[in-house]
This record gives sequence, structure tokens and C-alpha cells, in this order.
Amino acid sequence: MDVQRLVAMANDIAAFFAAEPDPAAAAEQVAIHLKKFWEPRMREQIRRHAQAGGAGLSALALQGVKRLA
Amino acid sequence: MYAIDHSDLGTPPATSAESVTLEIDGSTVTVPAGTSVMRAAALAGAAIPKLCATDSLKAFGSCRLCLVEIEGRKGFPASCTTQVAPGMKVRTQSPRLEGLRRGVVELYVSDHPLDCDGCPANGHCELQDAAAATGVTRSRYAPGATQRGVTPDVSNPYFDFNPDLCIVCSRCVRACDEIQGTLALTIEGRGFHSRVSASEHQPFLASECVSCGACVEACPTAALIEKTLVTLGAPAKAVATTCGYCGVGCSLEAEVKDSTVVRMVPNRAGHANQGHACVKGRFAWGYATHKDRVLKPMIRERITDPWREVGWDEAIGHAAREFRRIQQKYGRNAVGGITSSRCTNEETFLVQKLVRAALLTNNVDTCARVCHSPTGYGLKHTLGESAGTQAFTSVMKADVVMVIGANPTDGHPVFASQLKRRLRQGAKLIVVDPRAIDLVKTPHIEAAAHLQLRPGTNVAVINALAHVVVTEGLAKEEYALARCEPDSWRQWKEFIADARHSPEATESVTGVPAARVREAARLYAAGPNSAIYYGLGVTEHSQGTTMVMGIANLAMATGNLGREGVGVNPLRGQNNVQGSCDMGSFPHEFSGYRHVSDAATRGLFESAWDVTLADEPGLRIPNMFEAALDGSFKGMYIQGEDFVQSDPNTHHVAAALSAMECVVVQDLFLIETARYAHVLLPGSSFLEKDGTFTNAERRISRVRKVMEPLAGLADWEVTMRLAEALGYPMRYSHPSEIMDEIARLTPTFRGVTYEKLDRLGSIQWPCNDAAPEGTPTMHVGNFVRGKGRFYRTEYVATSERSTSRYPLLLTTGRVLFQYNVGTQTRRTKNLAWQKEDRLEIHPDDAETRGIRDGDLVGVASRAGEIVVRATLTRRVARGVVYTTFHFPESGVNLVTTENSDWATNCPEYKVTAVEVVKVAQPESWRARAQAERDARAARATPVG
Repeated sequence: MDVQRLVAMANDIAAFFAAEPDPAAAAEQVAIHLKKFWEPRMREQIRRHAQAGGAGLSALALQGVKRLA
Repeated sequence: MYAIDHSDLGTPPATSAESVTLEIDGSTVTVPAGTSVMRAAALAGAAIPKLCATDSLKAFGSCRLCLVEIEGRKGFPASCTTQVAPGMKVRTQSPRLEGLRRGVVELYVSDHPLDCDGCPANGHCELQDAAAATGVTRSRYAPGATQRGVTPDVSNPYFDFNPDLCIVCSRCVRACDEIQGTLALTIEGRGFHSRVSASEHQPFLASECVSCGACVEACPTAALIEKTLVTLGAPAKAVATTCGYCGVGCSLEAEVKDSTVVRMVPNRAGHANQGHACVKGRFAWGYATHKDRVLKPMIRERITDPWREVGWDEAIGHAAREFRRIQQKYGRNAVGGITSSRCTNEETFLVQKLVRAALLTNNVDTCARVCHSPTGYGLKHTLGESAGTQAFTSVMKADVVMVIGANPTDGHPVFASQLKRRLRQGAKLIVVDPRAIDLVKTPHIEAAAHLQLRPGTNVAVINALAHVVVTEGLAKEEYALARCEPDSWRQWKEFIADARHSPEATESVTGVPAARVREAARLYAAGPNSAIYYGLGVTEHSQGTTMVMGIANLAMATGNLGREGVGVNPLRGQNNVQGSCDMGSFPHEFSGYRHVSDAATRGLFESAWDVTLADEPGLRIPNMFEAALDGSFKGMYIQGEDFVQSDPNTHHVAAALSAMECVVVQDLFLIETARYAHVLLPGSSFLEKDGTFTNAERRISRVRKVMEPLAGLADWEVTMRLAEALGYPMRYSHPSEIMDEIARLTPTFRGVTYEKLDRLGSIQWPCNDAAPEGTPTMHVGNFVRGKGRFYRTEYVATSERSTSRYPLLLTTGRVLFQYNVGTQTRRTKNLAWQKEDRLEIHPDDAETRGIRDGDLVGVASRAGEIVVRATLTRRVARGVVYTTFHFPESGVNLVTTENSDWATNCPEYKVTAVEVVKVAQPESWRARAQAERDARAARATPVG
């Protein structure tokens, strides 16, 4: 899939959970959301993108993606 | 007039809990206090002749035919306007009464043709009945005759008005007033010159009449009569079913003659619609037998090949072999399916079952993805259930109604009629919408506040409203602490009280004056019963889910949940949006909104379906398109959905579909998406099958077969055949057996059976041991999730903003006479009202661009370009333009973008930055737009 589209989607998710005052909890919420609603190949693709530096991902989105197993 | 007679008790029922006992013609009768003598007499079996009275309208007392004698009272009171009293003794028959009634009927007959044999109302005419009851066969009086020779008004495509047959009883005028609430009709003139008039001497079609048909139904003669009743003759039977259009889910009676629908009338016992219908439900069912219907299965190897008609077995066998070939070559998850909100619960359940159990993937999604998926997510997380909280009738107990991003008079007209009744009784209205929808100011209704916000700033507005509630001490602290998670309440309160959420701070973003926001917040908080109704103007945003949560926050903070008159009420777009979501159509959850990763739930389904199910979420619709473009998604079974017209960024959708190897479309017509299909399976309309729909108030209602499927199979039978061809046989002999399976597997449906639906008329889920007859109001006492949860809803501006290149914001919606992508309504006479999409633009914005009303204009966004005709109107604010998406030739979704809701990927239809220019040469402009689309599609050519 278009990884830039996935990056944009992950950033949108992170933008919502950024309202959570605890950054660790916010990152966990991002990860939970990705696990619950993203199909495995999407998760795998964004995870690989994060491993490669995560260009374009917001800080919180990157933290969330890194929590994906 | 009723083609099929029913018992008309003359006046509406009284609602008093107190009883009154009286005597009518020597018999003792006990009725609720407030009942009319006419109704009491009818209940006692002593029907009193009447003409201006009918039990769907308030008593009027004009015809003077229903006179009675009451012991101890002077004169002859009209029984319709006289209420019962304890000990009252009524006589309905006497020589004096007979003489008076005969005289009245003779006066009516003196101005009415007597050639009943040639009249389409013959046998069902109430004047004819009155004449028979009083023994009148001719009149002693000279003919009034003033209406004779007046040309009938045949302008409306569905009904005629013949003044010659009119007895000026005012039932039509009162129906327009009391039932529909449009007030389009009046009686003009006096005496023999009295005449029903639509607007001011206008033909019905050109008038303010919205063609709901309430007047036609109320007419006691054939003065107002359906054209089909005249041409086809009287029906022989009526079949109760449920409308196939919007999420109100009106109960209708299809009046049938030899399997041909003669007319459709609202079911007077219908729980959702209370005996009313709109122009679509009542009249626009002709598409079902339209010549464009696809009645033979078709296949082709490539989408550039011509279609080849084949038998059912060949088409289904071909589809099954292709799906299996694709799975073998590209993997199990290279295929998926789409359920439809226009199909029944049983059909959507079967499609998702086929995808999960036969194709062994969770790649199933539904068209609710592009409308109300944020409702499901937002309400589930805050309140605990993915559904609206009330019955429609709840609005009659609301003191304040906030309508957000919805246009009920066009999108949900029958609910709008009920809402208008409540508003005219004095309830206050707050409208939150970029457009001045009709409700903002309509006869006898004016919104107390119209928050005309900039598109895309919903969350800023709802936060500002909540900020005022919290900082001005208007919140129901006790309620919030008792009913909600205390920590989430305290944290949210602190969050929302921050000055950045204040109306003053957000005014520059939202465009709504701070004082108006404060006024609206105070009004909503004061209630005491405040209800929120919302539509796609809430959900179809990049922050759609955040907004739904913001709405729930506001309702919880003010204690407006868990009783009648309050609540959070999503107005669902299509008739079975709620149902298709309930049935497990989303890729991450089974029926009843249970996640596929939940081992216990999955085990239940695995046991019932005898298969091992995937435990990971599947692809959503936009994910499927992305996967198609990268070559990993190749096959799709689409039941009743037209992506190419309805989904955003059309060229992207078309490129994705073009990249697939087997697209199976099951539909009534050769829809736009069928251009990219390899297999076309004929669908069946709601008239051709049994099943159930679930409306916006969680009400499950029966769909009953009126005629045999025109193509031979109902949709559920087609899915069953496809499953069998895939090697996963399904054994159902009737949709009731599918519902039995749904009930076994879905806790909220556990008590639902067809027998119970037939007995009760309809059921609002949850229906189970705790609520065996259903649940009209949710979250009474406790929220479904236990404690309600407040979420912090930070406003995040959409990336789709006006720029110097695209300075206007486009928002989209629908009109009364067309429906969704128009597949159905474009094939009806509703085209008489609207035959094209128009672009609404503020006169100032038009002037600076040299655009006049009716000009063809080009609308360009970063996604594409279209040409439509402009309508200049102040309904939209400066900087905002609006259009509909009913007509494929306008291709409105060519300009909408891939932006979507963060939680659900619901598209951001409601905000697109555009420029509008006057088009001098539309053909060359269209050709340029097409060339650009082709080029983009080529650039999006898939790999693999």
C-alpha cells in the first residue's frame, strides 16, 4: 500500500490520542488502535517504515508504531 | 381515501390514564378521558356518519354530519368535537338526527357529481358511504356547480386534484398542517367558491407541496387520488412491509393487485412513522419494475469486453472459481466482500458469513464505512453501544432539540414532521450547520440559535458549547459523578475548561459569534430535556469520531441520557445502516459489535459455523482500494453498493477496481461500479423478498415479499448459492431461519423472532431475557458500558483548507426528492422535481466570479474537476458552496478527496477546498476534466 497514506492515517490517529496527558499512555493507545483496526499487512508495512526511520510519522505516531509487536 | 377499507374511529385516541364511563345508545362504554363522543361510539360499535373527521387528524367540527343527542344538553352537538363525560347519555340515532344528517348530505351532494359508477373511488368514497347511511340518492337543492368544468390539476406526477369531486372538508389542508407540517395547502374563497389551493393558486408541482401524500390519504372522496389507483384499479390486498429508503424505516402497506403494486400507503400502526410517509416511500417505488432492471446474470473475462448473459449456475460458478483461483495465487486475504445498507439484516449477515466462513478472511466491510462508522466507534467508546439512544417518539418529550449536521426535512422527512410538531408545541431548536437548512426558519418555527459554522470546525464548536456548560456551572455534576467514570469526568472537565476551548477563543476558527455559542449552550443545558439529533455533517469529517464523542460528552455532562425526551440520536442515511453494522459487517467485529480477536466470541461462531475463523481485523473499503492498487487485493463481492459514484476521489476508486481480477456486483441495475465488474448478479428490490431492516432507532421491522423476485432469486438466495459454489453450503429455507441464527449468536438480538416481530409489529434491540419486548430507551439507570466515559476531544484542523488556489469550501448533502446516488429515485418520476445536481453558491461569491443563477460552472479541487449548474442562494455562507451527489453525470465525488476520519476512515465528504469558475464552453471543459482523470488513472496503474 502507499506508505505515505499509512503515515498520514497513523498521524491522524496520534493527533487524537495526543490529548492524553501521559505520553506513554498516549503511545499505548495509538498502538492499541492500530492492533484493533488495522489489517496485519498494514501494520507490518508501517512497522517496517518506522524501523527504517519513520519519515513523516509524528513523534507520538512513531512511538505508537514502535509498540506493535 | 382508502382503497382497502379500515376501521376509522373518527378522532385520534386520548392519552389520559383516567377513564370515563358513559352510555351510548343504551350501552355502557368506558374510554380514556379526553376521548371524543365519536370515537367512543365507534369503539362501542355505533359508528356515526362523518365526513370531515378521520382518526389521523384533530377534530374539526365542520361537516355537521356527526351530530348526536346528549341527555341534558341543548341542541345537537358534533360528536367529533364533544368529549365524553362521566355519566353522559348519548343517542346516535333518532328520527330528528336522521333528518338533519340527510339535509347535510343533500347539501354536499348538490355540489358533487353523482355518476359514482365511473369514479375511481366507487365503493371506498366516504361521501358515498354517508349518502348510503342517510338514504340520500339525490339532492333537493339546486346544484352549486361552481367547480364543474374547472380543469383538474394533474401537474403532480403521482396524484391528481379534481376540484369537481372536492367537498371542501379541509382534511387535506389539516393533513398538510398536522401530519406533514408543511402548511402548503389552504382553502381559498367562500361558499361555493371555496377551493383547495396549493400555495397561492399554484399547480401542486410548482407549489410548496412536498408531495408526501398525506392529503391524498386524508381525502374522503376522489378529489385527491393517486394516478396509479386510477390507471390500475383497486387493489385486492395489502402487505405490510418496511420502506427501502432512509433510516427512518417507515412501515408501509403495499396495496397489491395480481402481484402489481397499485399504491403504497403508510401503515397507520407503524411505530417508526406513526402513519406518515414521504414522497420517496409513498410514491417512488417504480424503480422496482423499471426497464433498466438487470434480470439475467452476466459475465465477462475483462472489463473491456461486452457482457454475456448466462444462467445463474454459470455466473455463480464462475465467480466462485475466480475467487478460489485468486486466493490460491495471491493468498487468502486477496479477496473480500461488501454488505449493503440497502439489503436486509439477513442478507448482510449472510454476506459477512460468506466472507468469514467460506473465504476465511475478515475482509468484509459495509457502505456504513462512508457514512456512520464514526457513530459506531464514538458511541461504543463513550456510552457502550454503537447505536442511537432513543425512539423517534422521544422527541415529543424534548424541550430543547439540537440538530447538528443533519437536514431532516430533506434526508429524514417523516421524522422531520414529528420534530416540527414538537417545535410548534414550543420546544426550542438549535441548529448547528454551515447551511441555513429549512428548519432554521419555516412556518411557525424559527431556530432559537443557528450556529452557522465553517465546514470542518464541528469539534471546536462542540468543545465551545461544553466549555460554557462546565465553566458557567451548568453541568449536572451529580449525574456525571454517579453515572460516569469519575476520573474521566474530572480529567475531561479540566481539559474542556481550558480557555482555548472558549467560544471567544474559537470564534475566529468556527466563524460563529461567541455570544451565540454561549446562548445555545445555556439553552441546551437548561433543558430540562435536551436531545441531540445529528447526521452525516457530524461523521463525514477527518474528526468525525471525535465529534461523536464530543456530542456524547456534552449529553453526559448535562445529564441528558437515559430517559425519554433526551439522548444522542444519529439519523442514519440508508434504511438499514444500523442493521448492516449490527450484523457484523465491519472487518474487525462479529455481529453485536464483538471484536474478532475475542477468543470466546470467535469460538461461538466457529462452533456454529464449523470453521476456524481469522482473529485479525480485515481490510476496510479504502484499505481494499489501496491494496488493490499495490496488487495484493484482487477479488471482491459487492452486494448493493455503488463505490464509483458514492465513494470519494472517484478516479482513485476506478483505478483500484480496474486493477482487480474478479469484481462481482450484485445489484438491481448496471450501476457505475458495474463498469468495472466481471460478474453481474441481478439483485432483488425490497418488494421481492422477506427479511428485516433495522432503522435509526434500533427498530427491527419486517420486510415482506410483495412480488416474486424478478430475476428468480432473492439476494439472500444468491449469497447462499455463491457460498455453496465456494464449497461452504448454507442451508436456509427462509430468512426467518437466518434471523434465528443471528439471535442465537448475538446477545442483543437473542429474543428476536419473526413470530415476535409479527406479533409486536417491531422490536427495538436489545431484545433478550432482560428486555423481551425490546428497549425503546437505552442507558436507563446505567450505561451499557457500566460507567460512561468522557474523552478529551481536542480540535485538530483538517488538512483540507481553503487556499488562494482553492478559496471556497465545498460541502455535500442530499435533497428531498432524490436519494443517495440516485440509483432508485432517478428511475422514478421524482425527476419532475430535481433532474440534476446543482451547486449552491452565495450571491457575493458568485458575483466576484461573474456567475449568474443557472450558469454552468466548473468546480475544481486538488482531486479533480466537475461541471454543474449554479444556484445562487444565501442558504450557504460566503466562502462555502454546497452540492448533492445524486447524478452520475455530474460526478461530484471526482472532486472529493482521500481525507478521512482518524478512527474509522469515513471519508471527509463535508470539506473540500475548491475553486468555482464560470464555464463558457462546457463540453471542452468536461473533455479537459476527463483527460485529467484518465491521466491520473494511468498514473495509478497497479503493479503485479
